[in-house]
Amino acid sequence: MTNPPLLSVEGVSVELPTPRGQLLAVDKVDLEVAAGRTLGVVGESGCGKTMLSRAILQLLPKKAALSGRIMFDGQDMVQLSPEALRRLRGPSLAVVFQNPMTSLNPVLTIGTQLIETLQAHMGMAAPAAAKRGIELLAAVGIPAPEQRLRQYPHQLSGGMRQRVAIAIALSCEPKLLIADEPTTALDVTVQAQILDLLAREQQRRHMAMILITHDLGVVAGRTDEVAVMYAGRVVERAPTTTLFSHMRMPYTAALLAAIPKLDSPPHTALPAIAGRPPDPTRPLRGCSFAPRCSRADDRCQAAKPPLDTADHIGGQYACWHPLQPAAVARA
Amino acid sequence: MAVLEIDDDTALVAPVAKRRKLGGLFLCAVAWILLIGLAAVFAAFLPIASPTDMDMLGKRAPPSAAHWLGTDSLGRDMLSRLIYGARVSLTVGLLSSVIGVTVGGALGMLAGYFRGRLETFTVGGVDVLLAFPPLVFLLAVLAYLGQTVLNITLVIGVLSIPAFTRVARAVTLSLSEREFVVAARALGATHSRILLRELLPNVSLPLVAFFLLGVAVTIVVEGALSFLGLGVPPPAPSWGSMIAEGRESLDIAPWLAFLPAGTMFITVLAFNIVGDTLRALTDPRPGAL
Repeated sequence: MTNPPLLSVEGVSVELPTPRGQLLAVDKVDLEVAAGRTLGVVGESGCGKTMLSRAILQLLPKKAALSGRIMFDGQDMVQLSPEALRRLRGPSLAVVFQNPMTSLNPVLTIGTQLIETLQAHMGMAAPAAAKRGIELLAAVGIPAPEQRLRQYPHQLSGGMRQRVAIAIALSCEPKLLIADEPTTALDVTVQAQILDLLAREQQRRHMAMILITHDLGVVAGRTDEVAVMYAGRVVERAPTTTLFSHMRMPYTAALLAAIPKLDSPPHTALPAIAGRPPDPTRPLRGCSFAPRCSRADDRCQAAKPPLDTADHIGGQYACWHPLQPAAVARA
Repeated sequence: MAVLEIDDDTALVAPVAKRRKLGGLFLCAVAWILLIGLAAVFAAFLPIASPTDMDMLGKRAPPSAAHWLGTDSLGRDMLSRLIYGARVSLTVGLLSSVIGVTVGGALGMLAGYFRGRLETFTVGGVDVLLAFPPLVFLLAVLAYLGQTVLNITLVIGVLSIPAFTRVARAVTLSLSEREFVVAARALGATHSRILLRELLPNVSLPLVAFFLLGVAVTIVVEGALSFLGLGVPPPAPSWGSMIAEGRESLDIAPWLAFLPAGTMFITVLAFNIVGDTLRALTDPRPGAL
């Protein structure tokens, strides 16, 4: 990558006050996304993926404490005034949420929600905005878009709603789209369609995209780079092809092993990752994956492994005992 | 690209099914409210006797061709007094609820959306207002400022603010957690835009339902005040004072008390039915969203 990244997240931490003490939701995360590239962020529930995306959007809960720098298009998002930030959202940054059942306003028609966004941000007159709205709905694969404009969200299926949410997010031609588990609430058949749609629009608009998911299978074919998160930290980060061919972090390998495979015989037990993620209000001294890791020893309990540049090209991992590429199959 | 999601049929059928649920009772209630409302508005143009003209020879007359609903103890036309009394009841009922719904709704939405100190103050103020005995407040204010329709409306309006604030705040609180609010902010919507365009349409349905129930309650409150002699001063008619006057002759002319009482009963019932129906229509929706 020669040109500077569109978004660079530098040492970002997010702390949330909870009744049980400070919760370190995101722990010194560094990420970069260049224009037109796709970054996948993978991790299990509660690993801080969503908090990281909210931090990038500056939409954290009021009580959350954010530290670090989030450089977007040459500006530090953390330092921006609320007004400047507001203008940045929409035209530069947009987001698609996990649940299309709640991310659309239930009492406004699809048309109102889509057209108002266009009018507010793109300064379009109502007829032009309506025309553009129909084009956008058609672009995200919604049949009979003219009729859909007059319908309410509850009259559409989940997949349709997510398409509408994507159309609204794309309406302002954002430079960066954050898709926060965009397919988790959808049927498997619809999942692939939505992911293909996102990939196609991302390519066509030369837009950067952060695809947040808990499913390694989702990022496999559709991202340029993958960051694996565990307990608030990025534990492995590599170009997608490298990650899948030379997996180093035992956690990533365990995640991959936990995906059901079509060719495994029926009634095979799925290799789940034993145990639970550590309590984020009581950070461990050592590697946070150590209690669940088969390769852990005293060193893992005592000291946190840094996110180091690996011996192979472009990848980074945080592990004292990384898997050797050949060992992946056994893990 | 083959994108096939067949939900056209269900989507197009849905609105028709909803209309059927309203039912005959709802329509009767709406018709009654319209009848009373129109009569009150156009009372001056209706071919009815003056509500204050006394016919000393025809006191407590039963219904006749000249006086369709009879006359009261001073020989005044009952129908005319009922219609003019509706003016007072509906004015007070509607206007004070309008005060409550606008002030209370705005306060509740702001408190529920911005949270923080604003919410603390609003909830505190509302609690103070709720803790104050309403009848004492009414008596005190009306004794000092005078018993005019305007004063009665204002006082009852202020007293109805807490209930509306609570409803609006509760609804706003639960809606603010929804992703569409975060989505709107992520798209760069201003606070006022989120409040007016995203939240208000959602909050207004339960508020309108509650508004109609509020009107019903206010009509009863105004009636009670008039019954106690604290409403609009005589000779202006009001349902509550008519009941009070009719009470004295319950044994010889029971219709003098029962006619205004019945009218008030049906009117309050009608507002309740309409309010309940609207509430029932809005209630199942959060579950279906």
